Amino acid sequence: MLVSVPVSISEAQSPQPRWNAASECVCGKVEVEDLSLFYGTFQALRNVSISIPECAVLALIGPSGCGKSSFLRCINRLNDLIPGARTTGRVLLDGKNVYDPDVDAFLLRKRVGMVFQQPNPFPKSIFENVAYGPRIHGVKNKSELADIVERSLRRAALWDEVKDDVYKPALALSGGQQQRLCIARALAVEPEILLMDEPCSALDPISTGRIEELICSLKEDYTIVIVTHNMQQASRISDYTGFFLMGELIEFGESAQIFTRPKDKRTEDYVTGRFG
Amino acid sequence: MISRNQTEKLAFATVALASLVVVLPALVIIGFLAAKGAFAISWSFLTQMPKNGMREGGIMPAIVGTLYLVAGTLVFAVPLGVFAAIYLAEYAPQSTLRRIVRLSIVNLAGVPSVVYGLFGYGLFVVTLHFGKSILAGSLTLAFLILPVVIAASEEAVRSVPKSFREGSLALGATRWQTIWRVVLPNAAGGIITGVVIGVGRAAGETAPIMFTAAAFFLPKLPSSPLSDCMALPYHLYVVASEMFDAPLSMQWGTALTLLMLVTAMNLVAALIRARFRRAKCW
Repeated sequence: MLVSVPVSISEAQSPQPRWNAASECVCGKVEVEDLSLFYGTFQALRNVSISIPECAVLALIGPSGCGKSSFLRCINRLNDLIPGARTTGRVLLDGKNVYDPDVDAFLLRKRVGMVFQQPNPFPKSIFENVAYGPRIHGVKNKSELADIVERSLRRAALWDEVKDDVYKPALALSGGQQQRLCIARALAVEPEILLMDEPCSALDPISTGRIEELICSLKEDYTIVIVTHNMQQASRISDYTGFFLMGELIEFGESAQIFTRPKDKRTEDYVTGRFG
Repeated sequence: MISRNQTEKLAFATVALASLVVVLPALVIIGFLAAKGAFAISWSFLTQMPKNGMREGGIMPAIVGTLYLVAGTLVFAVPLGVFAAIYLAEYAPQSTLRRIVRLSIVNLAGVPSVVYGLFGYGLFVVTLHFGKSILAGSLTLAFLILPVVIAASEEAVRSVPKSFREGSLALGATRWQTIWRVVLPNAAGGIITGVVIGVGRAAGETAPIMFTAAAFFLPKLPSSPLSDCMALPYHLYVVASEMFDAPLSMQWGTALTLLMLVTAMNLVAALIRARFRRAKCW
């Protein structure tokens, strides 16, 4: 089956193309080349190639079980922990293959943050949740930690709601607040990329709206890849969209194009809701 | 014909009766011991050395000896058991080997305690030259309760939600950092429960210590981990079956003291568990 060639970023109006002086080519923040993923004998991803542009939102859509989440977990190598999982192909982060043997997966995950489908704050206080990341990376100074916590909570648009009570249990927060706390927790280790695996699927529409606003503001500083089942959400917040089907990337392009003039019949069927 | 309503009542009566039958012996034993032993227990009974060949005086050295043995058992069994449980739950690959290890641990739990006693005697007392000592007894008891500690700890570690682990790893934590800072604090309640069940058993066992640690009659306190010591269960065994002229009050008093000691340990553990639960802020 044909894998559509990624739309070169230079065709895009915005963001501005970024030139990589070393290779004289236009490169995304993450370049995925011919990536396949196997769980034992089951092939979850088939020769996926995609260029993830920097400081933009890439939405991944597709039916359940099509490999979107698996793809996300290849970028921060969270699949490493699953017995029997193995990958072929390359995932280049700033030109460096994250699967090279000299790459430390733990340091990689510091650069590539992740937010999960179900809000998963630790059963600790709000403060301890956000401070967890900096602490494990060696920050001990109390005032420095407090600074990081405040900055991260502000950036995740949660500070005003919790500033008087950062020592209360994180699990006492509402679902939407918990998810913003998880975003704050991810931001606290200063990642470059944020992977979001259906971050709003467990939330009500109001909380979803707040997270979407937040994503739009975060893309100024972070490269965001978001998996979503909500087509409106994908078209609202993303700059680029990739459509996955049965482990293959069927089509990738600017969101406006994917949702209005899809090139592939299967993409069209899916985004117009005619998909089985 | 029995109506659905009658079936409902019958079912409820049956399960209630079964529960009562379970509760009853416990209440009878405790009540009987309390009634018979309460008169024997006094401050001097708890704090004095035995006199006149254990026919008079107190049981202080046996209480102290049991406390030492329990403490020693904890020192060996908790780290060993918890680390083994972590290995099984977190690091060991899904393999036949691990299943065999797990099965052996479960089967170890079924080995009679007197066998542990002989094993401890052969290994610690004789081969390693620890002699009949608190050290040898503690090690033997630690092996006795390891299966319980490991099984409970592994279950507790396993029941920590995967989402906590992933949340930690996704922030760049190593597996050990994740285990140490996220998994263990959340598994602590279950681990403590397992440890307490084990320690309660260790405190009350006679067979494993009679060859490895316990002295028949020793009217002084142990001076080092290599001294032997008196212990409550062995003392009870001695005054109840080896000495025909020991006063009954000595036996009841010792039995009640042992029961209170174990109950006190369970209470302390319940308090610790409650504190952990609060700290978790679920």
